[in-house]
Amino acid sequence: MLTVKSLHAYYGNIHALKGVSLHVRSGEIVTLIGANGAGKTTLVHSICGLMKPAKGAVLFEESDLTRLTPEAIVRRGISLVPEGRQIFATLSVEANLEMGAFIHRKDRQGLRRDMDELLERFPVLRQRRRQLAGTLSGGEQQMLAICRALMARPRFLLLDEPSMGLAPLIVREIFDIILELRREGRTILLIEQNARAALQIADRGYVLETGKIVLQGEGRDLLAHREVQRAYLGKGGKPIWDA
Amino acid sequence: MKPQGVSIWEPEKECLGVEELRQLQLERLQATLNRVDRHVAFYRKMFREIGFVPENDLGDLDDLKRLPFTTRDDVSNSYPYEMFAVPLREVVRVHSSSGTSVNPRVVGYTKRDLKNWAQLVARILASAGLTHDDVIQVTFAYGLLTGGLGIHYGAERLGASVLPTSVGRTERQIKIMQDFRTTALVCTPSYALIIADKMEQLGVDPKRLSLRHAVCAGEPWTEAMRREIQERLFVTATDNYGISEVMGPGVAGECLEQSGMHVQEDHFLVEIVDPATGAPCEPGELGELVLTTLTKEAFPVIRYRTGDLARLLEEPCPCGRTFRRISRIEGRCDDVVVIKGINIIPERIGDVLEQVKGERPTYQVVVTRQGNLDLLEIWIEVTERLFFDKMREQRTLVDEMRQKVANFIGIVPRIKLVERGSLERINGKVKPFVDYRRPSH
Repeated sequence: MLTVKSLHAYYGNIHALKGVSLHVRSGEIVTLIGANGAGKTTLVHSICGLMKPAKGAVLFEESDLTRLTPEAIVRRGISLVPEGRQIFATLSVEANLEMGAFIHRKDRQGLRRDMDELLERFPVLRQRRRQLAGTLSGGEQQMLAICRALMARPRFLLLDEPSMGLAPLIVREIFDIILELRREGRTILLIEQNARAALQIADRGYVLETGKIVLQGEGRDLLAHREVQRAYLGKGGKPIWDA
Repeated sequence: MKPQGVSIWEPEKECLGVEELRQLQLERLQATLNRVDRHVAFYRKMFREIGFVPENDLGDLDDLKRLPFTTRDDVSNSYPYEMFAVPLREVVRVHSSSGTSVNPRVVGYTKRDLKNWAQLVARILASAGLTHDDVIQVTFAYGLLTGGLGIHYGAERLGASVLPTSVGRTERQIKIMQDFRTTALVCTPSYALIIADKMEQLGVDPKRLSLRHAVCAGEPWTEAMRREIQERLFVTATDNYGISEVMGPGVAGECLEQSGMHVQEDHFLVEIVDPATGAPCEPGELGELVLTTLTKEAFPVIRYRTGDLARLLEEPCPCGRTFRRISRIEGRCDDVVVIKGINIIPERIGDVLEQVKGERPTYQVVVTRQGNLDLLEIWIEVTERLFFDKMREQRTLVDEMRQKVANFIGIVPRIKLVERGSLERINGKVKPFVDYRRPSH
């Protein structure tokens, strides 16, 4: 469904993505794990059209996304749940959801129906539908950010560190939602620092280090992988050849 | 995708579309190059020398062709662990190749490598028609060579019943075959025929055995040999290819179409090159098989020259697997001699002989065949230093030579002392190797 081929991207002089290739098949949950500064968000932004990669291709169902505007990319069926949630704190929950349906703004009826469905599904948000989003708890805000992305009716969902700053129990809840979204037929690319949680639910994973993919494989294989355990799961010491 | 009655072990992988496969290969190749660039001094040096930066210069699979080849000597020179890409504590198994070089070529496997290996061998056994219902007798050597244990874990992965009989003692092999109701024999093609000969001699009727498959590898063989194995043992004989430096068994295997071995392209990149120039060969053209590993962690190799001659077959296979095939191995493009599935370089035998008396004798490696049995002989021209008046001393010397060579290559040779000047020479130089095996059928 999504194919990234030898992608290079720069922040000024910093070579942030160094020939990254990955793919996500329809119906898969694929996770990209890596430490801070590995280039995860750069990759997300390159896929969503928020930044122009210097070289390489991002193909979504045969069309090259690097030539499209963010809005056009959303119209193709890709939605982003951004890092740090980025909800509109001074707007109500409902208004936030409406913003997510920007591309369907002329379809008032459909928009209303989608919103009702989501509020039905997430009663916490329904209770707070008129509350300002900034007054929600971290977990609720994350839920809202996901729902806002869903309002665009995506087939492909990109989640950038949805577990950030959340208590383990809440992380569990958010990841259950991700699994449910997949069951509904959505395809998911999950960007995470929380390698353990991400690999537990992912079909496949990629490990990004300083802008390069250094490992890839099935989720459970990577979870059991000594290098991943040392670097991201806090087991064992520092890799000795890194000294 | 899946034709009826044929079992494909991992259809979702073995039947991948070309586009998807190329993408997967690219991803894996990039990760492999990133890793060797960081962890293997040999490759880092190679990349620096030609100004190759993996992250910038490998945008496409074809870019691999910019890299030099890795040779048998490169691996031998890195003895034992220099080319490992992970620290030893990540390595859970070590194998080594037969003694063709000065140093054996040592290879390692991480836990994940072993898992992949078993899976790949299970694939080739399944493609040879084997299932979990089979009783598989493995007559490859168990030990440092990859053959025995490689097949073994794959056969277990398949869920079959495995008989690890290892090499030799043909009579016992046949008894086990009868009593344990072996359905599949894993062997070198020449050993399959040795078994057939022995059965004839013992009056064992192969039709009364449960045997249905011979899964053959380890040495070049011919279509005529296949026919003979099939007719005499009443089995389906399939070919498969393995090489220790790349993985061991599991690199490529024939399906029941019996027309070439599917290369496991999701784990290995295959090239066929002109052995003299290194230039790529056209599909169908005979050349040297060059392999690059895509998932190996402990011992990745980039563009490894196998020394084996084969052709790349690009036509789709009716079995449904999309992986391209290579023809049977049609020979070696170097001075390696294959005897009983073991690779020997005649030159190295001289090194061993030299250790005995401190001087390199004039010698010739001779292979003969008795029935289907290959025999290794070393003919040595007598000199004063090698000649003794006393019979006993003479015998001690020959024994010592035999012992040393046997230790080195794993085959006990016959040592023959011959008159000076009697060895066959070309332009005044002794031919290092003479093959008296009957021309292959």
